Amino acid sequence: MKQFIEKLSSKYDLQEVVYQRDNLVFAAISKENAIDAVTYLRDYEGFTHLVMMSCVDWIEDGKFQLLYLLNSPDLKSDIGLKVYIDRENPVMDSAHHLWKQVWTYQREIRESFGIDFPGSPRIEENFVVEGWDDKPFMRRDFDTHEYAQKTYFPRGNRKTNDPAEYMRKKLYPNQPVTAKQRKDDK
Amino acid sequence: MINKFLGFKPDEKLLPSQTVTPDTDIDLSSHKYQKIWLGPNHPGVTGNMAVELTVQGNTIMKAKTHVGYLHRGFEKLIERRLFVQGFPTSIRMCVAEPDTNEYFIARSTEELSGYADAVPEYANWLRMLSLEMARLQGLLRGVPGQGGTFALGIGVQWGVYLRDLILDRFEELTGARVYHMYIIPGGVRGALPDGFKERMEDNLRDIDDFIIRIKKLMFHNSVFKTRAKGLAIITPDMIDKYGIVGTNARGSGVKRDVRKDNPYLYYDQLDFDPPTATDGDVYARSWVRWQELIQTVDLIRQIMAKMPDTGDIRAKMPNVLNWKIPKGETYVRLESGRGEMGMYYVTDGSDKPRRINLRGPSYNHAIAVLEDMLVGADVADVHAIMVSLQTCPPEIER
Amino acid sequence: MSELDLNKKTSEMLAKSEANAAKAEKTFIRPEDEEREVVAPDGSIIKVNPIYDYFSNEKPKEEKPRGGVVEKFLNWARAESIWVLGFGTGCGSIEIPPLVTPRFDMFRYGVQMRPTPRQSNAFIISGYLSVKTLKRVIRTYEQMPSPKYILALGSCTINGGMYYDSYSTINRLDKYIPVDVYIAGCMPRPEALLHGFVKLKQLIKEGKAEKANEYARNFDEYKANQKKIIKDWNMPDYNW
Repeated sequence: MKQFIEKLSSKYDLQEVVYQRDNLVFAAISKENAIDAVTYLRDYEGFTHLVMMSCVDWIEDGKFQLLYLLNSPDLKSDIGLKVYIDRENPVMDSAHHLWKQVWTYQREIRESFGIDFPGSPRIEENFVVEGWDDKPFMRRDFDTHEYAQKTYFPRGNRKTNDPAEYMRKKLYPNQPVTAKQRKDDK
Repeated sequence: MINKFLGFKPDEKLLPSQTVTPDTDIDLSSHKYQKIWLGPNHPGVTGNMAVELTVQGNTIMKAKTHVGYLHRGFEKLIERRLFVQGFPTSIRMCVAEPDTNEYFIARSTEELSGYADAVPEYANWLRMLSLEMARLQGLLRGVPGQGGTFALGIGVQWGVYLRDLILDRFEELTGARVYHMYIIPGGVRGALPDGFKERMEDNLRDIDDFIIRIKKLMFHNSVFKTRAKGLAIITPDMIDKYGIVGTNARGSGVKRDVRKDNPYLYYDQLDFDPPTATDGDVYARSWVRWQELIQTVDLIRQIMAKMPDTGDIRAKMPNVLNWKIPKGETYVRLESGRGEMGMYYVTDGSDKPRRINLRGPSYNHAIAVLEDMLVGADVADVHAIMVSLQTCPPEIER
Repeated sequence: MSELDLNKKTSEMLAKSEANAAKAEKTFIRPEDEEREVVAPDGSIIKVNPIYDYFSNEKPKEEKPRGGVVEKFLNWARAESIWVLGFGTGCGSIEIPPLVTPRFDMFRYGVQMRPTPRQSNAFIISGYLSVKTLKRVIRTYEQMPSPKYILALGSCTINGGMYYDSYSTINRLDKYIPVDVYIAGCMPRPEALLHGFVKLKQLIKEGKAEKANEYARNFDEYKANQKKIIKDWNMPDYNW
């Protein structure tokens, strides 16, 4: 895989190249080159099978990370291309002309994260929730526990036994935990 | 289209007056079409899925799949739990074969924290045994299920009864019938009990008997042959365009199998060859699945013969309540009864995972492939096509 | 579409989802269900309102038990032939096919699976319910003829189970429809399901399985709870 990655990075500018296993490599690519690189890999290098498209929310850096994971049936290895887009203005070019399953992934990402793919067919339809009127639910600033307490009528008297607390009390009963307790102890 | 049961060509005025492809636009306000909703409450649908059909006479013009009836928001729930709390939660993502999800969580956390080679040999053989048994009980429901869509219902009764016997073996090994929490990061939870191999061999002899009876019931049957041959053909160039994996690809002649291409656990020490067929219709896919049933029984016998008798079942792992994994990401895959399943796992440096994303094989089969395959088909064949593509709704919407 | 229009569109979408205002005026009725005028074959014009024309416009009524020997006989008949609707709503429906096979035979208890709600007596809610399925379950439950019984399977119906903090599953089932028998477990074994059927038969023979009448008595309260979480209501109020 190493010669292949060197050939690809001479054509496009790749950052953060990580060899996870000897048949899986992840690389980051800029937003303008992403669809070009995917088309080049599909037509000329034999990566004809799209495994999945996914999205991660990095709220500390203010970015969304999209992932295109491609697989080559002849070389039997995978390459994952990561694209970082801005969190305030989430728009990305659509890739629905390359494979026939991409419009489903783009519909799901729009519903759960709020990223728009202009030109993708049937993108306004609901995928898993009906009548959803809050913010997109997979973002990190949506608190699902609080939403469930507020909307669905929970039955009270629910006791949680946190295993970490239980073990700490059993093994280290007298040690202080917070910074103030440590200061008072001295 | 000439109805193959009538034996004569019907009147031209009664047939649909246009040929449709998946891309034509249909004018709903002209009174030629009728909308039928094949909803979640239906005995023929595989799980809780709905298909909205636009129909002219008996022929389908357009189809739309609706999913989301089983959505629980797993990916959001797992982000709120510790690594070890995630694994009883993630099992319930797929109801038909729950052991695959346990393997994903265990393998991803081991790879990202550097313990990938620390799992002992006996534990890996036990993992292989439980994965193959899960495949077997999924196939015992799926192979006669195709006959069930053409009203050959006795096969389903035999298959579900034998599946109960395999669930008894699971109960001996792990403690529960359906959701066994057996494969954990570092190894497995318990060793084989005494006498397990003899009882398993008794059950496998019953299944051998069942295999011959199912062949006579389904594949020597004239009703099955008339209805299933030539129905819903998948051509080899559709496979990369749609991303089709598993038995659906092997039914058209393209040999893709994760156990041979990217071997995991000890599959390179076993001796097997994935079966293929060339026609690509419903009959060929059922035939391939029946061959896989024979092959899975053979694999279980090979595993029980080759595995060591005793050994360590668990590696020494850090305290799981305080476990922090450094930043990284990985993709783990395996071959389930329906095709290639995979999980994309991302961690940052804290004690909870950042994001997990399960890729189920039915994601493409049930939405992109089914909608294009139903155009031009008969209304009575919808369930046969759905079951032959093995669509399982819980892994689409998690 | 130009770049400028798209930015406006996505920022509008996000602003609308944050505001969450004036949803009461928006209706979710499908185009084929709207009120319209149709031309009949003989040329006359008919007004059609599909949602209200095909369903009952009254509220459900209570059926008081008759009492005495007649009621005892009717209760015995109802208890010995419970016909269950075959709608698998959640994970628990994987333990129902073993009940049909000869190993845990449920036919000897008089229990059968039927495909349509108009011909069935009992409804097994097998596990969690997402909001999308709850809408269909309410429509199906109101289409069953009285007297009807509900068995709630699994611990997700009691207090939410392991999905207690999910944005898409409900926590308490008996705020929306009334429940007769709870069967706890995750998954309950088929023998536990059979024990639940035996308990239901005991309740029917004693005359205590009257939750369908309670639904008719407190209909407004149940309907208010249902409409609070189902935000796109495009069905009539009572689906009989």
